[in-house]
Amino acid sequence: MTAYLAKRLATGLATLLVASVVVFCVLEIMPGDPALLMLGMNAEPEALATLREQMGLNQPVVLRYLDWVCGMAVGDFGRSYTYSTPVHDLIGERILVSLPLAILSLILSTAIAIPVGIFAAARRGRPADTVTMGVAQVGVAIPNFWFALLLIYLFAVWLQLVPAGGFPGWSAGLWAGLKALILPAVALALPQAAILARVTRSAMLEVLGEDYIRTARAKGMPRRVVLWHHALRNAMIPVLTILGLQFAFLLAGTIIIENVFYLPGLGRLVFQAITQRDLIVVEGVVMLLVAAVVAVNILVDIGYAIVDPRLRTRR
Amino acid sequence: MSLLSIENLSLDIAGLPILKDVDLSVEPGEVLGLVGESGSGKSMTALTVMQLLPEAARTQGRVTFDGIDILAAPEEAMCRLRGDDIGMVFQEPMTALNPVKTIGEQVAEGIRWHTGANRADAEARARAILDRVGLPEAKFPLTRFPHELSGGQRQRVVIAIACALKPKLLIADEPTTALDVVLQAQILDLLRDLVDENRMGLLLISHDLAVVAEMADRVTIMRHGEVVDAGRTAGILTEQRHPYTRRLAEASTHVPARARTEPSGEDRKALLDVSGVTRDYPGRRKGFFSRAEPFRAVDNVSFSLAPGHAVALVGRSGCGKSTLARMILALDRPTAGEIRLAGEALGDKSEAELRSARRNMQVVFQDPYGSFNPRHRVERLVAEPLHLLDKRPTAAERREQVAEALHDVGLSPSDMDKFPHQFSGGQRQRISIARAIITRPRLIVADEPVSALDVSIRAQILDLFADLNQRLDLTYLFITHDLTVARAITDEVMVMDEGRIVERGRTQEVLKHPRTAPARALVDAAPDLERALAARRGDKAL
Repeated sequence: MTAYLAKRLATGLATLLVASVVVFCVLEIMPGDPALLMLGMNAEPEALATLREQMGLNQPVVLRYLDWVCGMAVGDFGRSYTYSTPVHDLIGERILVSLPLAILSLILSTAIAIPVGIFAAARRGRPADTVTMGVAQVGVAIPNFWFALLLIYLFAVWLQLVPAGGFPGWSAGLWAGLKALILPAVALALPQAAILARVTRSAMLEVLGEDYIRTARAKGMPRRVVLWHHALRNAMIPVLTILGLQFAFLLAGTIIIENVFYLPGLGRLVFQAITQRDLIVVEGVVMLLVAAVVAVNILVDIGYAIVDPRLRTRR
Repeated sequence: MSLLSIENLSLDIAGLPILKDVDLSVEPGEVLGLVGESGSGKSMTALTVMQLLPEAARTQGRVTFDGIDILAAPEEAMCRLRGDDIGMVFQEPMTALNPVKTIGEQVAEGIRWHTGANRADAEARARAILDRVGLPEAKFPLTRFPHELSGGQRQRVVIAIACALKPKLLIADEPTTALDVVLQAQILDLLRDLVDENRMGLLLISHDLAVVAEMADRVTIMRHGEVVDAGRTAGILTEQRHPYTRRLAEASTHVPARARTEPSGEDRKALLDVSGVTRDYPGRRKGFFSRAEPFRAVDNVSFSLAPGHAVALVGRSGCGKSTLARMILALDRPTAGEIRLAGEALGDKSEAELRSARRNMQVVFQDPYGSFNPRHRVERLVAEPLHLLDKRPTAAERREQVAEALHDVGLSPSDMDKFPHQFSGGQRQRISIARAIITRPRLIVADEPVSALDVSIRAQILDLFADLNQRLDLTYLFITHDLTVARAITDEVMVMDEGRIVERGRTQEVLKHPRTAPARALVDAAPDLERALAARRGDKAL
């Protein structure tokens, strides 16, 4: 188990390193000089040169890369060109919106998808199965921003239960904060839940056809008990895989959803930074998102080992 | 009153008739052998008794167990019976246990479910029954997971689950078909003891007449969903009054007619020469810093095969015979030693240099279902090895060669345009033999080529092997754990045990007078129809 974990951690670190090179290179070859953008098109050449010097843009590429990576390793993401504040302050503020949003929608999507998938699998081929999977199919097809607009119309404009957008800050109270996040979380979670429900259903159906399910039935346990005690844990293995993959899409989804709901999160930060050529902010946020995805995948790997004893003893 | 009685049972699944007017009965303390080839409906009969049939199944007739009308019983009543009064053991021990639960949990679960015992009591009972089936606590604690056990050990766990609550009836559906003969004998012994101890009725389902002759008091023979013959074992199998019974008995002891290849072949140069071959696999590390102890699958094996000879490589599962075969086929490389085919060493050749060697040796696998791509036509499947030829055949030449190979194995050249699913199991095995002979190889390695086939089909395939041996001057290396196969078509037998070849000799001699312990274990454990029937007649005479 220790070896298994050490291997996953090492792979995760390697992924981060490769990602950092890719992120750095891509932003390096993109057109647009940050110094020029900061000073405007009519800047004096001398002022421009000084600023470039100050920002370290004159140094060789390799040196700048090392500087950036080593800085991040100790929590220093550099200073934003446009805000003139340390990037980690910018991130720190916004992560308080984005992280709860991501966790909330992850919880929502699993809490909806897994029971629905089990329910459909247990009623395979019956009307209940056909209807739930039909609804799930529609859920897969609807993009989350469109869904977000429908939710705003229904709950904010028509029923007026929750605000249509914006974030009052956690200082306004836990409930006020959650109220602002609930619609975006639902909008993010539902399309994911639709996919996950279908995966859960097919994983359950596959497991229910296994020989050991028949063995369990031959012990005299009713179908329902066998479903929960024997099938579910085995079916969780593919579900975990999809859950890990979905997390990356969830993060990508927050960029759009935060813009739709006007939430001051990482998604909006990175969106603005891109339009303003604030490379250092873009790099920082992207690396943070990569780290989040890597971390979630390590958690998924640990989840595998908890579910499946065969992985624990494998070299 | 019988423990289990089935009268006029008919079954259809989604309109397809499966069983027709089946009658059988099992008395307490009695072993009933239910014999039939695949598709004869014997498993469906068992699942009817358990009421674990597919949803689309419709039954008619009467099934009574211990006074309870099974077909009319509600699901809750069946749940009370299953695992308590009726236990069931399945064919495939490798997949019959839940991989994510410990064996203790899986045995104790049924006990807790039926008796309402608390965890500690249920575990104590689980420990006792596991001990009874030969898995003592000291070596096999309840916390073991199924993947930490071998096939035979897993089948013991399944038997423990089925027998934990001392059922009145045990249904065993081909309980030993997936195991080697030595394990088979052990499991059958265990089942017989459990029957004697508890006066349990045993419905033993098998395709193997020899197994049934050894075990069963009475036999019911099924074919195409109908009972064709039934009665006392000795009477039914000795007199063989019903033509189908006779056919089954003949097929299971079938020996193809072969003109003896005299050992004159020995002065011809050896076709295959294996010398000092060893194969190590990296073992599991015991600790973080300790070095891994390698596992030696094949240990310093040397032998040679004369052209035209048929040799059997027999041994228990895990003895290294398949690893050895993979090295001979150059699918794996030996850690040490050398393999020569027709004088050429295979060990250090690149894939390109191996082409000519691969032309000369081909393989036939056990599973005629799994070894074909279901979306390719037979022409393409059989022609596959032709890429080993130096000159690519034209399309017309290719069709001609495929037609010839199909003709050789007794299929029609017009079968070329069909897909694998359009053939029966036996025909598919013919196709895989056609694929093996299309490059006109000299050596055929056959890995359990008939063990997935029904007895009557097995007899036909053995005939085909014998016939091709003569006509095409093929040399065979048969890998098998089944001594009847070895007896049927090989000149010589090599017995393998723990990576070594421990005995080699003329087939008849090794099977009659095995000299080493591993060979003796195989011979003694192998079920034998004649011997079993003689023993039954002897019992009666006493």
